[in-house]
Amino acid sequence: METTAAARAQPSPRETLDSVVIRFSGDSGDGMQLTGSQFTTATANAGNDLSTFPDFPAEIRAPAGTTYGVSGYQIQFASHDVQTPGDTPDVLVAMNPAALKVNSEVLKPGGLLVVNTGAFTPNNLKKAGYESNPLQDGSVDRFRVLALDVTKMTLNAVKEVGLGSKEANRCKNMWTLGLMYWLFGRERDQTIAWLKNKFAKNPKVAEANIAALNAGHIYGENAELPHGISAYQVPPASLTPGEYRNVSGSEATAWGLVTGVQLAGMKMMYGSYPITPASNLLHHLARLKHFGVTTFQAEDEIAAVGAAIGASFGGSLGVTGTSGPGIALKSEAIGLAISAELPLVIVNVQRGGPSTGLPTKTEQSDLFQAVVGRNGDAPLVVLAAATPGDCYYMAIEAVRMAVKYMTPVILLTDGYLANSAEPWPLPNLDALRPFPVKFHSDPEGFHPFLRDEQTHARVWAVPGTPGLEHRIGGLEKDRSTGHISYDPHNHHRMTKVRHQKVAGIARDIERAKVDQGESEGDLLVVGWGSTYGAISQAVRILRGRGHAVSHLHLRNIWPLPEGLGPLLNGFNSVLVPELNYGQLTMLLRAEFLVPAESLTRVTGQPFRVGGLVEAVEERLQRSAR
Amino acid sequence: MSPNSPKKEYTRKDFISDQEVRWCPGCGDYAILAAVQRTLPSLRATPENTVFISGIGCSSRFPYYMNTYGFHTIHGRAPAVATGLKLANPELDVWVITGDGDGLSIGGNHLLHVLRRNIDLQIILFNNQIYGLTKGQYSPTSQVGKVTPSSPLGSIDQPVVPARFALGARATFVARAFDTSKKLPEALTAAREHKGAAFIEILQNCPVFNDGVFDLITDRKTGPAHQLWLEHGKPMKFGADGEKGLRLNTKTLSLEIVTVGEDGVTEQDIMIHDESNSQLAWMLTDLPDVVALGVLYRQLGPVYNESVDTQRKLAEERFGEPDLHALLRQGHTWTVT
Repeated sequence: METTAAARAQPSPRETLDSVVIRFSGDSGDGMQLTGSQFTTATANAGNDLSTFPDFPAEIRAPAGTTYGVSGYQIQFASHDVQTPGDTPDVLVAMNPAALKVNSEVLKPGGLLVVNTGAFTPNNLKKAGYESNPLQDGSVDRFRVLALDVTKMTLNAVKEVGLGSKEANRCKNMWTLGLMYWLFGRERDQTIAWLKNKFAKNPKVAEANIAALNAGHIYGENAELPHGISAYQVPPASLTPGEYRNVSGSEATAWGLVTGVQLAGMKMMYGSYPITPASNLLHHLARLKHFGVTTFQAEDEIAAVGAAIGASFGGSLGVTGTSGPGIALKSEAIGLAISAELPLVIVNVQRGGPSTGLPTKTEQSDLFQAVVGRNGDAPLVVLAAATPGDCYYMAIEAVRMAVKYMTPVILLTDGYLANSAEPWPLPNLDALRPFPVKFHSDPEGFHPFLRDEQTHARVWAVPGTPGLEHRIGGLEKDRSTGHISYDPHNHHRMTKVRHQKVAGIARDIERAKVDQGESEGDLLVVGWGSTYGAISQAVRILRGRGHAVSHLHLRNIWPLPEGLGPLLNGFNSVLVPELNYGQLTMLLRAEFLVPAESLTRVTGQPFRVGGLVEAVEERLQRSAR
Repeated sequence: MSPNSPKKEYTRKDFISDQEVRWCPGCGDYAILAAVQRTLPSLRATPENTVFISGIGCSSRFPYYMNTYGFHTIHGRAPAVATGLKLANPELDVWVITGDGDGLSIGGNHLLHVLRRNIDLQIILFNNQIYGLTKGQYSPTSQVGKVTPSSPLGSIDQPVVPARFALGARATFVARAFDTSKKLPEALTAAREHKGAAFIEILQNCPVFNDGVFDLITDRKTGPAHQLWLEHGKPMKFGADGEKGLRLNTKTLSLEIVTVGEDGVTEQDIMIHDESNSQLAWMLTDLPDVVALGVLYRQLGPVYNESVDTQRKLAEERFGEPDLHALLRQGHTWTVT
């Protein structure tokens, strides 16, 4: 014991690393998402920059031990700027054979595999599809393996608390977390406080989890680690000074919407029908009633958008959120809001499609649906957030455009943005410019389609205002009275007005500019949405290798920003990486007649930086030939 | 309904819009429009606080002819739009105008949910048992055997009974009337006075595609024998001289038509109408040979928009003034120097 105390007082020197990618992986019931998010908080506290990627199955509790029930949480943290959760893990934590089966291909050769041997029972091996135990048959020889009976050690650690075996067994994620905290030099305080709070009504469970966490940590302190495995440290990153928090795209979107309606001086009605991966947005907003937010869980997607439109007609801001299948159902109603020229914000947290597709996996395949997916010539505004934190600012922008131009705005995020977290410098609220809404009140010369000369936005006259009684609807309206009109020339002109109104918004947004690199060169990588981090990092690597490559990232999908055409033409080639089958590529080709090339990946997973670098270099070589 | 006292005395004319009415000559919709325009001033409604929300179909053109606020939305979705409007501004007096196709076919789901939530609205369903605007196909209320362009050998669909649907959705107010009835304003008044979702089915003649389908009920000669006007606390009697009535057969648990003075039937045998009895209302929705009119069912229940308001106040009490600065800092934050 003496030696242990001495060893604790003088920890062996830790190996310093620049960046680490860890994937926590286990059964859906193993608590991997909680483990990952706790590790994330502790890592943020340690001052590293980080990016995370929760990757879980569509089944809530898939049969235990099966490969399709494996839930993962990946985090990259570093002493430098981090923009993606990392291509391939350096460390894989596998809580059972299925987790190893699913992930063993992605772990780097020589990577550290932390594995719970207690779960490697003949039954579990069979469920995972192993014919022999991979820990014994040489399958994992290419990794550095830390094989521990986490189950047994957890049960020992919590024995004194006196929980039932099922509850005691559930603490093994905390044991593992304790060990990982020790391996990477993280503090336990935050997690201990969190456990006490989470299990305040069940102090025994809190005690057991804390005991497991501490036991895992102590194991690390005392154990003789196998050759080639040591404790590590990742020095803090030099982040821009300021106040930070971790934020997921769902949180940032909810807070951005609330901030937007506050800046507009309005109330908000959020109509939504539960759908993966957009439901979290409803959950976040449902807790914000004191911010003037009314949430309405509707009977279906159509009612959700219908109620939002009704609220906008009544002078609140109607907002609805969903994923691709929900947008399909809402399309007719969105057309109504376009025709009636009412503000409406539609958040599409994209997921794999078509049809039900891959509900819990990410994709960017609803761009066409957003830009053109309605009957009739039905233009609206389409925005796309680039990072979890960017969701905040794009949500504000969506509100601003909706109320300023009396138009529906679709904000595209995706499952990856919604669920991933990143350290986020808190916004300076005082620097956000208010855009107070003014309702029309003057009966003199009033008709509901009176327009602002500059923005082409029609007046917003809300029920309850004396003297402005009027009727609107989805039938075509006379341009100068607002009454129903079947006049052919009027329809042509109204179609043009609706088009011009939306197209004109290009003047109200930032001109196109490259995010990284020069404004001309060999190759321009054009991205949009959640691929920002991966593209940005890939272009940095390519530029470091001396390639004349630049990166442009579109946040305004429709209308496209001014100056984009000339920029595209300033490069020998344009490459558009998208998590779809080439949708932005087709839009850019159609709009600017440029030979943009598509780089597609439709696997339900984000781009890997390495894959992008390879693809760009391959194209550069081809054009050099 | 909010008692916004009008600044001036409004008349029927104040509720008539400047738009030319475009329904077919002889359409029952004209009578309903006139009844609404006549009734609103007596309810002390004001044009600025009154809103008509409709879906798609002949009846859904209604808002254009009212000099109030109006929204002609999309097929079947008026209840959803009205819900959002009422939540955004509960002070407004919101009416939903729908039809048998709009409300019970494409919009059946929304009608179900707006009724069960009990949002404070009036929902008028014009039932003409036909698709008029699409030129005469059978509707979800058409009788079996109805020959139409889409059912040349007769409709094989079992029709829905609108009032029965509403009761099934746990509506708190269910009434029935017909387009040309003098008692229509009474039903409209009762609906507006009800706190919660008030459902009125109006039997409406389509002179072009389904002419005379309700003649037996609405005709001056045959009508009295087929109209049972309900009054709360009064015996359920009908017939030219009120000689007929409804008696509860306790053995079959059903209502049977009897004639006072025949087979030993006396006044005491006639059942008294009780609007708060949902079992009775259920039986009244679909009687043989006679149609129950007036208020079938009326019962107060929690009103959705009021509950929303209560929860908002609760959140305000619990969390205080909205503070964005604090919201963004909830949970864990840290400072990089």
